[in-house]
Order: sequence, then C-alpha cells, then structure tokens
Amino acid sequence: MISFSPSEEQQMIVTMVKQFANDEMRKVYRECDESGDIPARVIDTAWQLGLVSTSIPEEYGGLGGEHSAITGALIAEELAWGDLSMTMHILCPALVVYPVLEMGTDEQRKKYLPAFCDEKYRTATAALIEPRFGFDPYSLSTTAQPDGNGYVLNGQKCYVPLAADADLLLIYATENGSSQGFIIEKGTNGLEIGEREKNMGIKALATYELSLKNCRIPKENRLGGSKGCDFGRIMNCSRVALSAMAVGVAKAAFEYSRDYAKERVAFGEPIAARQAIAFMLAEMAIEIDATRLMTWEAAWKLDRKEDATKEASALKMYADDMAIMVTDRAVQILGGHGYIRDHPVELWLRNGRGFATFDGMAIV
Amino acid sequence: MIDFEPTPEQKEAIKAAHQLAEELFRPISHYYDEHEHESPQEVIDKVWEKRQEGSLFLGLDTIAALRVEEACWGDAGLYLCLPTPGLGGAAIFATGTQEQLQRFLGNYNEGEPKWGAMAMTEAACGSDTSAISATAVRDGDEWVLNGEKIFVTAGKRAMENPDGVVVVWATVDKSAGRAGMKSFVVQAGTPGANVEKMEKKLGIRASDTITIVFDNCRIPYENILGSPEVRKIDKTKTAGFKKAMATFDATRPIVAAQALGVGRASLDFVKEVLEKEGIEIRYGLPRYKLSALERDVIDMEANYKAAKLLTLRAFWLMDQSLPNSLEASMAKAKAGLAVTKITQKAVEIMGPLGYSRKYLLEKWLRDAKINDIFEGTGQINMLVVARRILDYSREQLK
Repeated sequence: MISFSPSEEQQMIVTMVKQFANDEMRKVYRECDESGDIPARVIDTAWQLGLVSTSIPEEYGGLGGEHSAITGALIAEELAWGDLSMTMHILCPALVVYPVLEMGTDEQRKKYLPAFCDEKYRTATAALIEPRFGFDPYSLSTTAQPDGNGYVLNGQKCYVPLAADADLLLIYATENGSSQGFIIEKGTNGLEIGEREKNMGIKALATYELSLKNCRIPKENRLGGSKGCDFGRIMNCSRVALSAMAVGVAKAAFEYSRDYAKERVAFGEPIAARQAIAFMLAEMAIEIDATRLMTWEAAWKLDRKEDATKEASALKMYADDMAIMVTDRAVQILGGHGYIRDHPVELWLRNGRGFATFDGMAIV
Repeated sequence: MIDFEPTPEQKEAIKAAHQLAEELFRPISHYYDEHEHESPQEVIDKVWEKRQEGSLFLGLDTIAALRVEEACWGDAGLYLCLPTPGLGGAAIFATGTQEQLQRFLGNYNEGEPKWGAMAMTEAACGSDTSAISATAVRDGDEWVLNGEKIFVTAGKRAMENPDGVVVVWATVDKSAGRAGMKSFVVQAGTPGANVEKMEKKLGIRASDTITIVFDNCRIPYENILGSPEVRKIDKTKTAGFKKAMATFDATRPIVAAQALGVGRASLDFVKEVLEKEGIEIRYGLPRYKLSALERDVIDMEANYKAAKLLTLRAFWLMDQSLPNSLEASMAKAKAGLAVTKITQKAVEIMGPLGYSRKYLLEKWLRDAKINDIFEGTGQINMLVVARRILDYSREQLK
C-alpha cells in the first residue's frame, strides 16, 4: 500500500541522527569548514551510533540488522542537514562495507567486514572519479588487466575521500569493457596517494588524488570474485545517497533563509511578507519535498532488488539542480549578508554546487 | 513503512480506467476538441452504464486520484464531462452533514446520469473568493440567492439534468467579510437559476463552462453547507470560511491528478515516437554526455514524478483524515506548472508534428494549462504554501 510514513524503527533512527546532527555537527561545522579539519571525537561519536555497522550480519560481529536503502537515505538526509563534509567522512567506510556486504564473496565478507564492527571508526574508502574531462563511470580510464593470478591496476583517481588514512580502498576500474571493483590494502606497491585536494566546498572533508602504477593485487580481491559486482546497482545506491544528502543540505539552507526572512525588516515589514521572497521560499519547500519523495521511491526500488537506473539517475539530476537552486536562493534571500562567511548559507551553496560532481562519493 | 506499491484493488482500478481512456476516450478525443459544446453522449452513456463497477470517478481518495489520472491521460475534456458529483460533490463531501450527503448524493448511482458543479468565481472576483458579491438572504424557511457566477465547470449539465447539484458561494452578510461567506446547494430545475453564456476555451473544449444568473432563486433553508452563523469576533479566524476552504484540500489534489494524466499523455507520446525512431534515452550517463533531447526527456519524466509523488502524498494524508492543506497546495502548484512545461516541451521536441492539429500534442498543451488555473492558480497555491511554511496569516502575507 502506498505510504509515506517511515517505520517506527526508522523514525527512532531519524530522531537519534537528527539530535546528533544538531548537538554535535552543528556546533563545529563552521570552524571545520574554515580549518579543513574535523575533530576525531565527532567522527567517533557518530560511528558509535552504529549507522553503518548495524547492517553487518552477526556472524561477522555486527548487529545483523536489515540493510535498507530507505533507512540509509533517511540517515543521509539528517546527517547532511548537520554538515555535508562530516556526513561524507562519517559514512565513508560504507563505500567499502556495503558493496562487500551485498556483492562480496563469502571470503571477502569474512575478511573485511569484522573490522567495521568495532566501536572505533575504521577508515576505508572508494575511488571512482577520474581527473579528466568527460569522466564517465561506465567507461573508466583506470584499467584492471588480468595477469597470472591477479590483476594489474593502472590509472588516476581524484575526489577520493580519506585516501591517506584508509586501510582499505575499493578501486573502480575498467576490466574487459565493464566497470568492476578491486579491493586494495594500504601500502600496496604502485598505489600512490597524492596531495590533499582543494575544492570549492566540502572543505572539511579530506579528499585526495591517487595514482595506480602497475599496482598488482591478487585475483581474490576482485569485488564479488569471479562473478564480479553489479556496478550499475552500486551507482544507483550512490545516486540515492547523494540525493538524500542534497535534500539535507537544501533543507538546512531553506530553514535558515526562511527564519532570516521573518526576522529581517525592510520597508517596515519582514521581507518574508513580500511575495518576491515568500514565493522563493515556497518553491524551495516544494522542490525539497519532491526530491525527498523521489529519493524514497528510488530507495524503495533498490530495497526490492529491482533495477532502479531510470529512477535513480533521473532523481540524481533533479536533486543536483534542486540543491543548486535552493542553496543559491538562500544566499539571495540574505542578500549581502548571504555572501559573508558570518552566515552559513554561502557554505551550503558551495557544498550544494558539488552534488553534480560527487559521483560515487557516498552510498546507501 | 514507506511503500510505493498500489494495492491490488488500486491496480485493478488503474487498469480499468486506463482501458476506458484508451478505448473510449482516445478515438474521439480529436473530434470533441474540434466540435466544442457538442455533447459526447456515447461516453456519458458508457461510463454511466459502468458506474456499478466500483463507482468510477466518485470519491476523493487515492484510488479516485489514480483513476482520474488515467481518465485524463485519455482526454481531460471528456473526463470533465463525465457524470460525477464533481467539485460540488467534493464540497458536499467535505463540509456537508450526513443528512445533506444522503439528500443530495444518496441516489447518485440510480436512474439517469447526474452531475455536480461548483459556482464560486464572479466577473469581478476569481482567486479572491472572500470578495464574492452574490448574496443569500434568509426568508423564513428559505434562502433567496441573487448574483451572477461565471466559469462554472460542468454547470450546464448539472443545472439541466434531473438531480443535478450546484454548490453556490454567496455572502449572508457583506459587512462580515469572510465570516459571511457560505456555500449553498442549488438543485437542478430550481426556478430563478438560469444558465447563460457558454464559454469558448483554449482547451478542455468538450467540457462545458457556463455562467449562471441567480434571480431571486429560492432554496430550502437546510441547503446551507456548514453553519449559518456569522462569527464576527475574530475576523482572521473564521470557522465557516475555513471549513469552506477545506473543500480545496480535497479538490486541489484531484486537479493535480488531472494534470498528471495530461502530462503523461504527452510524455508517453514523445517516448513512443523516439522509440520508433530508434532513439534511446541513455539513463545513467553523466549529464555532459547526454544529448539535449535526452536531458529534456529525463527532466520531463522527473518533473512528472515529482508532481505525482507530491499528489500521492496529499491523498495519503487525506485517506487518513489528516490535515493536508500544505501538501494539497504543494501538489497542485507543482503539478500545474510541471505539466504546463512538459506539454510545451513535448510540442517543441516533436517540431511540426507537435504543432499540427493532426496529432494530439498541441491539444494536450492547451488542455494542460487549465490545471495551472482552476481550483486556485499556481500563484494562489504558492501563496498558500508560503503562508504555511512561514506560519503567516492572510494579513501577514498578502
């Protein structure tokens, strides 16, 4: 039956995450953006909420909860309302955990998952984006060449979150014409992590370029073994995660500009009392809600194990545009004040602008 | 549990309505667009005949919305001609007593086809319904109505067929402003209610849109919907007016559903042609690798989906008798605008085929536009949304 009500359990998770976002993330996000550094305490506290480890089966040390894209989307929205950089940092290990959980071989699950059931945050990441014009996840320049009992990886990646600290990296590369995932451990010969990147937004998140030069890995490190992975599904899970985050960032910007518009007086009344401002806010609210519902629908398809390519890719484009429209309007509503870093809306605009770029940087 | 799967009953309803739209509406869609004001008797008879199979197009719930979308996918003008209680019925459902519901709509399914309509707009007032000048004056056991109403959708059929009902908005006390605004049920054949001008329109041409002149029209006292009391204590909190406005919470999502049908008709047509031409929409490709055409189609689909989900949410709330004023206006504003854009884009994409009256794309563009106008223009609905999200009264946000 058509329903727009999260389950009781999901509502409890949302309440918990919302509180964390408000009490922890919102306290420090501005300084983090300026300094480029997130306090380890915040990450550890977030990790202890068990947002990722909950869905790891008991046999690997997890809580054996259901892994649900809808739940993931609900979490992602609430966290991103708190701060996008921190959200991507907190959820970064999921970039390895979820693909291994869903598509890994038994051996891979046994080998990699237990480490993520600890109380302590363990860094793992994935590398998809490549530093070139015309980047396309479905035809990657990075290659995986079968060689004897393994693969040899070559190529360049960028926007790899936390690459310098990651114990495990899931590298996406072209193998025989299709995109596949390969698990690389820290310190593998030929893996070189470059300088930390400087980007327009998500400045508190440490992202890196990396290069793979004849990087040799055993064949059992291919995600999903001989069967490989369902790369299309991974992309769709990423699209849903990023769209949910876009909704969270947009909601933050909407709320702030709405409250500002009610406070700010011009010509004798709050600027919100003018249709020029009120209609902008109304459109922002409508598009945020619409995008959230579309995110839920695509997530729902993923949870049913159906192909969600059409829904997820249309959603992602819509969410990218929505995030830009809403965060830009938020700056506009604040006028000159919106441009000043004393207010957070410029930060949300810089972060919101990034969604069209952030392919594969988050996953549900 | 978040879920997007219609129930088996809803799926059946969609299927039946779609079949009706495809087999009955589509073949004559063009004809009734070209022959404005001619009555599509075969459609009326057929739908009336089928009414026992689950009261087609009756009600204001999710299943009704799903049916309405399919019907308007077939033809929005013909849908508006169907014998239904219409917006008048919606007002009676939303604000009438059980006794009134029974009296006016109790025998709806029996006998000859019946229609309902709503008369609100006047020559000098559209969206500003509180400025209505038609009057209702109590005279013993009766109300006496005077005034002129325009743009009454399906008004001719409601007024001229037995057991038709028209819900008329009039003021019982002009000095009371909104608090004096009440709605009244006028039954077909009541002396003093006269059908005048039939409008010629941009689209939905099969549907009749008329002017009704009330000239000392007497109706029973019990035909008032809601309380006859005029509360002047607090002008901003007028229960009667609010209750009357609650009708819109029910009818706006229905209009959104109508819009969705027209939008999807255009979208389906475009996709069919592209498929025939061997043009594939490569979903999942990065934006910068997609053609402009692919981007347009994906954008149209996303806009349709956005409007559809907002509409379903408004109905989901209504099904549970939860407040949905904000969500209803969000759905209506989005759907009206989305399908206006979708149908325009479809005409553009199809080029000479789009503009030609040989096909239905240009008709759908014309039909779609009304959804951004009636039951509150897009702008009025934006105003409702804005007031809600800002927690502002009408006085605070004009």
